[in-house]
Amino acid sequence: MSSADVPPAAQSPSGDTGASTVTDDRHQALLEDLTTRLGDAVVGSHVGNGDLWVRVRPDAWVRAAQECKAMGFDYFCYLSGIDWMPHTWPNPKVIEAPGVVDNENAGDDADASPQEAEAGFESDEPAGDGAIVTGFAGGDTRFQVLARLYSTIRHIGVTFKADLDDETPRIQTWTGEYPGADWCERETSEMFGFDFDGHPNLIKLYLPGEFEGFPLRKDFPLLAREVKPWPGLVDVELFPASYEDPAEAATPAAEEGA
Amino acid sequence: MAVADQQRISYIASQAADVRLNVELQTEEMTLNLGPQHPATHGTLRIIARLDGEQVVKADVVCGYMHRGYEKLVEVRTYPQINTLINRIDWLSSFANEVPFILAAEQLMEVEAPPRAQWIRTLFFELSRIANITLFIGEMGVQLGAITPVFFAFRDREYVLNLIEEATGGRFHPNFDRIGGIKDDLPKGWISETKDAMRRIRGYCDQLEDLLMGSEIFEARTRGVGVIPADVGLSYGLSGANIRASGVDWDLRRDAPSPLAWKELDWKVWTHPDGDSFARYWVRLQETREATLMVDQLLDGLPSGPIQAKVPRIIKVPAGEAWAHTENPLGEMGYYVVSQGGLGPFRVKIRSASFHNISIVPWLLKGVYVPDIITILASLYFILGDIDR
Amino acid sequence: MFALELPYWQLTIIKTVIVLSIIPAGAVILGYVFLLKMMAHMQSRMGPMEPGGFHGWFQLIGDGIKFIQKEDIIPAQADRRVFALAPLVVLISTFLLYVVVPAGPRLVVQDLDVGIFYALAVSSLGVIGVLMAGWASANKYALLGSLRAAGQLIAYELPLVLAVVGVVIQANTMSLQGIVHAQADGAIFGISWIGNPFILTQIVGFGVFLAAAQAELTQTPFDMPVAESELVAGFMTEYSGFRFLFFFMAEFGTAFALSAIAATLYFGGWYQPFFETGILADILGPVVLGIKVMLIAFLIFWIRFTFPRFREDQLQAFAWKFLIPISLVNIMATAVFKVVL
Repeated sequence: MSSADVPPAAQSPSGDTGASTVTDDRHQALLEDLTTRLGDAVVGSHVGNGDLWVRVRPDAWVRAAQECKAMGFDYFCYLSGIDWMPHTWPNPKVIEAPGVVDNENAGDDADASPQEAEAGFESDEPAGDGAIVTGFAGGDTRFQVLARLYSTIRHIGVTFKADLDDETPRIQTWTGEYPGADWCERETSEMFGFDFDGHPNLIKLYLPGEFEGFPLRKDFPLLAREVKPWPGLVDVELFPASYEDPAEAATPAAEEGA
Repeated sequence: MAVADQQRISYIASQAADVRLNVELQTEEMTLNLGPQHPATHGTLRIIARLDGEQVVKADVVCGYMHRGYEKLVEVRTYPQINTLINRIDWLSSFANEVPFILAAEQLMEVEAPPRAQWIRTLFFELSRIANITLFIGEMGVQLGAITPVFFAFRDREYVLNLIEEATGGRFHPNFDRIGGIKDDLPKGWISETKDAMRRIRGYCDQLEDLLMGSEIFEARTRGVGVIPADVGLSYGLSGANIRASGVDWDLRRDAPSPLAWKELDWKVWTHPDGDSFARYWVRLQETREATLMVDQLLDGLPSGPIQAKVPRIIKVPAGEAWAHTENPLGEMGYYVVSQGGLGPFRVKIRSASFHNISIVPWLLKGVYVPDIITILASLYFILGDIDR
Repeated sequence: MFALELPYWQLTIIKTVIVLSIIPAGAVILGYVFLLKMMAHMQSRMGPMEPGGFHGWFQLIGDGIKFIQKEDIIPAQADRRVFALAPLVVLISTFLLYVVVPAGPRLVVQDLDVGIFYALAVSSLGVIGVLMAGWASANKYALLGSLRAAGQLIAYELPLVLAVVGVVIQANTMSLQGIVHAQADGAIFGISWIGNPFILTQIVGFGVFLAAAQAELTQTPFDMPVAESELVAGFMTEYSGFRFLFFFMAEFGTAFALSAIAATLYFGGWYQPFFETGILADILGPVVLGIKVMLIAFLIFWIRFTFPRFREDQLQAFAWKFLIPISLVNIMATAVFKVVL
């Protein structure tokens, strides 16, 4: 496990000390293999949830693909991006409402009104402090590109991440190694505004040509939510039959299923 | 013809097309627009083909006419609400869309559904596979000009849809999977009905194997058309039956760790060495039959017990990242879920099979004839919602 | 004998009216029996069985009303006059086919000496209309479809003619009425009461004729000119309303006519063994011919609903490498037997 691993939050189910990491020898071995091949280009990693995350330096992005191809990762799964800026949705108006509903005492709060439940939805958001919280294998910048490869022979996969510059996010293309990255990079480019150097035809894939903005960035407003406020947790209501035992309310079929 | 020969010929054809594109003296080319409204694209896919006579010199795919921005929309929804949304990705096998997402959320929450729920999930997963692929098997006929098989397909798919509706209340969009289990148990009498329907589906498979696949014209139209070598297909991200038809013995139901019940069943992964359109059709047909046998086994071995694990009333997923993927009817479908501890995910990357299956089309269409465009598109089998998401 | 003393112009009008009414009648019969009923049964389709109550009898009438109600759309870029003319040209070809088909000893519009030659010639006229339609539509699909139709016609007119040559050699005449009589007068090993239908000796020719007729009609498996999944509707893409109805009628009318010609060539036409001449032969003739037409049309449509479609190059290969050689061999064999026997 690399030292740069930053557990995203305290309650992370699979941090460095998680039980799942101990038993995952295959991914651990793969990580060691990758680290020897890529050297100091590996700046962060995470083993957990039955998977492996590796964060590489942006300049080693193509080299990672080449090494993986040599290692027998023949299957290109996907390539996409992520914007770690905390988002400002869904509905700023409800944020003021007080009250917190936690997982642990959700059963006790069963008689709480829907309004409070709504408020709980908001107050837990990390949007409050505005700080960037990155995920597995860490990250230093707002934008990350992520891609996944898989070996159909060894039946093991790895997710790569690389940090991109906040102002001009650009990185080398993978199309030379995995032609399937073509469309994925076009999609990522139009959705996040990333630039892929060396891509043969980096035009928009889904959006119309004259579209402005990058929809999957967190600061891109979702107009539907701006126009119509979020209705709240309307679907979480007590089942009429089980008022006495609210903890069982979510599992009314458990008895019938026996 | 051996596989290597076919592959070499398809390479030569594509190279010849390249050369023709580059020579200065050329006959006048015609640009043919297939779609966005075209009977062969069953949706709004557009293919811009530059034709020399009836031969394709260069083909471009334009998609996005039905892009719904699910990756943005899921960021403003709670996990149970997202379930409804992602039903609409591959609309012919909606339940199969729900499963990998729920699995990802369960992974983050460290919740595991009880065995009965897992078995019923597997059951509906396979039923939706049958509902999806039976339609493909008939549809391939209509794309090649035989109109009868598709009506058989609609007739027999109806039995499966009725079963799904009976148990879940939703014919097309069951929205049945829940974090920690499933919504309801099976209704009374459903099991014998299902066995009956599976018998019918097997009869349908036999019938089409005879009627369509046994036809010399069908073989002439599909053999050696659209040959995908295994390494090319994999580097383009092809998955599912498309890559198994190129001889890659890879099925996530068998090869990926999954809490669902596939590991406990006795079944076979079908592959075909040829990699052409015929092989893709053949593999799908065998898989449908295999799925009906799996459903029978699932019905026989259904364990008793609860169908829902204890989960909080308000679903809140701890921070973390999870990748869950399953072998959907169209290929590998996966969700990369990033949670920051809220009621909804922070970011979800939806890896849908058709998107990657279709991305090989520009490579594949070089040098083929116009009728082969249709054969190749039909045999790759895509659902528009699965491309455009 | 009665009423044959009419002046020439009256006779012509009567004949024209009869043929003009046979085309829609034949098209409607085939459309109803095969397209709606047989196909619905074969494909488990509920729709065509519902309208009107009993067995969906109203479906075809409803379809007709629908076509007539539809707006007559002509694309802005289209060559309007050619566009409007094309369905009529196709229909005229069908009309001309009926001129030589005999339905009884005297029930024939004009018994030409070169009857079968004439029939095959005019049957290929329709492709001019198809080409006009494809060109005038200003649509790439239509153009591709009509060019395919032209290529197909060249490839399949030849086996059609060569298949018929065997019959002509055996019958010693090209007149369709003469061919009927030749079959009626023949005998199978001395048994002469049902005559000698040429299907017995010309079964290979019949197969070739049927395949070529299928191609001529642009029906599956030779329906590339209208290939729905490839070219939307081929040369008919831009047509709607009653113009489309014209194409539809021409297709089914031609199917009826070609079935009648096949019945005449290979199954003895209107001939039944009971009445050689006279009024009863004229009454029974159309009935007998109609039954034979339905049998052959059943074959044509059965194939249509069952098979997938060939690719264009496979279609050409099938015509040039299979049908034409086999029909040439058939001609040779027929000629040899003719000389020897």
